[in-house]
Amino acid sequence: MKISEQWIKQWVDIHQDTQTTVSQLTMLGLEVDDVLPAAGEFSGVVVAEITACQPHPNADKLQICTVNDGQNSLQIVCGAPNARRGIKVPLAQVGAVLPGGFKIKKSKLRGEESAGMLCSEVELGLSEEGSGLMELPNDAPLGESMRDYLQLKDTIIDIDLTPNRADCFCVRGVARELATLHNLPMNEPVIQTADIKHNEAVSVTVQAPKACPRYCGRIIKDINNTADSPLWLKEVLRKAGLRSIHPVVDVTNYVMLELGQPMHAFDCDKIDGGIMVRMAENLETITLLDGSEVQVDESFLLIADQNKPLAVAGVMGGLDSGVQPDTRDIILESAYFDPAHIMGKSRRLGTHTDSSLRFERGVDWQLQERAMERATELIISICGGHAGPINTVCSEPDMPQQLEIKLSAGHLKRVLGFDVAFDRVTDIFNHLGFQVLSDQSGWTVKTPSWRFDLSLAEDLIEEVVRVVGYDQMPADLLHSDDVIHTLPEQQASPITVKKQLVAKGYQEVINYAFVSEKQLQDCHLAESGYALANPLTRDMAVMRTHLLPGILVNIQANRAHGELNLALFELGKVFNRSVAQDLIQEDVLILARCGQAQPEQWGLETRAVDFYDLKGQVDDLLEAVPGDVSYQLGKKPFLHPGRQADILLNKQCIGHMGQVHPTITQRLKIKTPVYMAQLDWQSIAHRTLPQWQAISKFPSTRRDLSIQLAEDLSWETVKQGIENSIGSESDVLRQLLLFDVYKGEHIEKGYKSFAIALIFQANNRTLEDKEVDKLVAVGVSFLEKNLNAVIRT
Amino acid sequence: MKLTDERNQCSLVPLFFESRTKAAWLLLNMRNEVNHWENVLKEALVAVNAATDSRSLDELRVHYVGKKGVITTGLKDLGQLAPEERKQAGQLINQVKQQLFKAIQARKEFLLAEELNQRLMAESIDVTLPGREQHGGGLHPVTRTMQRIVELFSQVGFQVVTGPEVEDDYHNFEALNFPPHHPARAMHDTFYFPDGDLLRTHTSPVQIRAMKTMQPPIKIIAPGKVYRSDSDQTHTPMFHQIEGLVITEDVTFTGLKGVLNQFVNAFFEDDLEIRLRPSYFPFTEPSAEVDVAWKKEDGSEGWLEVLGCGMVHPNVLKAGGIDPEKYTGFAFGLGVERFAMLRYGVHDLRQFFENDLRFLKQFS
Repeated sequence: MKISEQWIKQWVDIHQDTQTTVSQLTMLGLEVDDVLPAAGEFSGVVVAEITACQPHPNADKLQICTVNDGQNSLQIVCGAPNARRGIKVPLAQVGAVLPGGFKIKKSKLRGEESAGMLCSEVELGLSEEGSGLMELPNDAPLGESMRDYLQLKDTIIDIDLTPNRADCFCVRGVARELATLHNLPMNEPVIQTADIKHNEAVSVTVQAPKACPRYCGRIIKDINNTADSPLWLKEVLRKAGLRSIHPVVDVTNYVMLELGQPMHAFDCDKIDGGIMVRMAENLETITLLDGSEVQVDESFLLIADQNKPLAVAGVMGGLDSGVQPDTRDIILESAYFDPAHIMGKSRRLGTHTDSSLRFERGVDWQLQERAMERATELIISICGGHAGPINTVCSEPDMPQQLEIKLSAGHLKRVLGFDVAFDRVTDIFNHLGFQVLSDQSGWTVKTPSWRFDLSLAEDLIEEVVRVVGYDQMPADLLHSDDVIHTLPEQQASPITVKKQLVAKGYQEVINYAFVSEKQLQDCHLAESGYALANPLTRDMAVMRTHLLPGILVNIQANRAHGELNLALFELGKVFNRSVAQDLIQEDVLILARCGQAQPEQWGLETRAVDFYDLKGQVDDLLEAVPGDVSYQLGKKPFLHPGRQADILLNKQCIGHMGQVHPTITQRLKIKTPVYMAQLDWQSIAHRTLPQWQAISKFPSTRRDLSIQLAEDLSWETVKQGIENSIGSESDVLRQLLLFDVYKGEHIEKGYKSFAIALIFQANNRTLEDKEVDKLVAVGVSFLEKNLNAVIRT
Repeated sequence: MKLTDERNQCSLVPLFFESRTKAAWLLLNMRNEVNHWENVLKEALVAVNAATDSRSLDELRVHYVGKKGVITTGLKDLGQLAPEERKQAGQLINQVKQQLFKAIQARKEFLLAEELNQRLMAESIDVTLPGREQHGGGLHPVTRTMQRIVELFSQVGFQVVTGPEVEDDYHNFEALNFPPHHPARAMHDTFYFPDGDLLRTHTSPVQIRAMKTMQPPIKIIAPGKVYRSDSDQTHTPMFHQIEGLVITEDVTFTGLKGVLNQFVNAFFEDDLEIRLRPSYFPFTEPSAEVDVAWKKEDGSEGWLEVLGCGMVHPNVLKAGGIDPEKYTGFAFGLGVERFAMLRYGVHDLRQFFENDLRFLKQFS
């Protein structure tokens, strides 16, 4: 909200610079967003009168004006069409500087001397648009500086109000805050009650008293429809960022800026019968003042007459029933609408008005008649006219009530942690307009009609501390409690695992949790994602069901600028549906690699990353997880059918890994295999608690075996066969190490060879060769009989 | 490089004069003997110190002290001397032998060291060749920042807790004292799902979840992702927040100010001025925004808003099942990206989620 600093100072007697006022407002909780000059910078511009006009001999569109600046008579050439004898206008004298640094010099225009320039509002930086000279009232004193005359020694303070402080959407509210801070009284204008000149009262029927607990209407007849808003009024509106429209409308806006009551004026002739305040019937249509045609449903409150809607209550008036240039009789409206009934309505109509902003946050519910008198007083002083009686329809049970709140001194101290003098608290409450009763123990406060944010003792505590000043409050140290909190040792924190991956050369990425439906489909992630009702864009319309789409985009983008060897990971939530269609949101970890296994460099042969690089990393992550880890060929549609595995922990699937299906990577123009693994976070976060075991003091014995066997036999089969067959005889086989896998020359087609080391060790004795040979023979015999293996050495 | 051992240069003359109590007539004879062996030693030492490899040194050893060596022969010939002479001459030759042994030994060690050194120098490498490189990994700057903040608070006993990202209206708004249709809701630009659930707009719902499962004293910190339907230069639809909550019988507003003072100074490792400024959040009362005095790039200084905080609203305590008559609480919430941007001078918020390695690697 934009508000003039000088206007505030009329209401409260403070003598201080702008910066001080600005910082005081901010520290009171009225955050100042911006501080602006009241007008463009100019100097040397005075009030002058055109005393004579004659056409320029050499130019059709120019006139030669004789101008009186209070001291001299000057000749000035002017091109404005409204330049004429007898009007008062701003004159930029020779030596004047206009906004933008434009200097006025004595000059000749088409051969005629011109000693200055007559100005428009645009030229003085008072308006963005408009043409012709700015016409000043007849009583403007000749020779007076325009800056003094327009009171431009002013600053506009732009306040960003929090939703709880609707009371400060007017100069009265802002002034009250500063008056409280400075312990000063507020200079409220004296409002005259209008003389009733006719007895015609507007008929008002309120059918929706909950939505409109109070409605005041008054007819003012015979206004002078040639009157113009006075300059002071236009200036107040201009400084607040409003346009002058019509004297009656300008006055209603003025009262809103001054006291906080949004008002509306109808043209009496356009109303059939009386005013009816009712909820809309479904899908009624009305054309608003801004020309837009809107449809409203039953949740909207309307101001209507017998035949048609006149205005959307609290939001905007209708185009047809508003005040027009030829209007003679008006109906003024000053109402209290229930905030809950106005909230969100302007947004639904795609508009945002000064009126809705105030009504939806709460307008002073005892202000309506005072505001009506204030507006009447101003309208009659500007446009004349005759006021009728105010017709007020009020449903007392539906009106808000003053609340009584108790605050004890002990409570105040308990929350704040420091003492505030008792009388200071009482003063603060009084200045804020609260009715206060106090005894030794504390205060009982009745809330004023303009505050909608006070209901508990804590609300009063905030009032006290913000006026005392958050900056005046001491800072205390936190009293540490003696409880030791620690992460269970068997629970790995995300950072532990992340650092483990970083040490292995993986880079963390963080992607948006929403993707497009197409991205999921392109990744063969068939189940449809949990879709947002109001997505920002189609690219971010559904929650990800897998981390793959995001990380593939990262790979694509980074490869595009030359980063070909990538090792990425992300830990984040995925959003899937259970069988019962309930949402499951759980953390998963994805790893992805592509390109070379090592960076390209001298002395090291490069090799493309493969399945087993990633599998090694997965094993590394699962090393500390209790349970048996195994892998079996998987069936994920987004992975290469022959190069993928389900990752099992104690036979439960906890993830999957493999080469991303080539059709997916090709579609993304990633011209290299991408390997990925995704693991459930919960399954890998659980860790083994180490348990001591005796170390054998006896030497170990190694035997190497080279075997040839059918290509389709898996290592897992061989490994388990050897372990189980030897294991049934003895428990001294410590390790099976596969140190070579070979296919090709010297090996029959359809066969492969494994080179295996068997490492034996006992805890209680040195193993004899004879015993080891016997055990190896058991393993060999299994391989020969059960797997048709041929022993090569 | 030549090593010189001064002990090899010593003379035999003093030895002789120690024997001057012997008969004078022997003097002349012995002087010849001494001269002879002195010359032998001198000659030998010169040869030893000139030897350039262990083989020639060994040849010298054989020449002098081998079975048929000069000195060995001299000792064998002692028998031919008169008994008086024999003792003195024997001593003399043994002295010469020992001196020579020492010299050979020293030279041998010297030559070995020299040979080793030469062999090692031959193994020289180019120390300026690039080191063996592994792929370098790194944490995302958001994680890095979040972790620092979490660690700072962990030091004073805050426990880390987390909550779901798809939330219900109750936890995100209602229990946090946002009445339905309240304008404060509109400020949150919420992403909704068709069933009325939503993406949490702040980490504050974790407050409610913590209160319902924990008993005071509660001292928690809740890092996580939050979502707002807003996307431009300074807003991303997803970002990270850290929520702090303390509920005990005696926490106060001044205590909150103290904690945040310490935190800001610890995070920025600088004694920055901070100010609390009244603001409005439905779930705290009194509420404050925290501004930090910040030097901008153009050198000017201004207040920069970095976090929101306040005393937990009694309605929120009640919603969490905590008695507001007995307990007070304070809470604060901060934007992780904002802190990361200030700490590391990042200009463009959106880069955090573009995952360009040229950006990410700057923080590893």
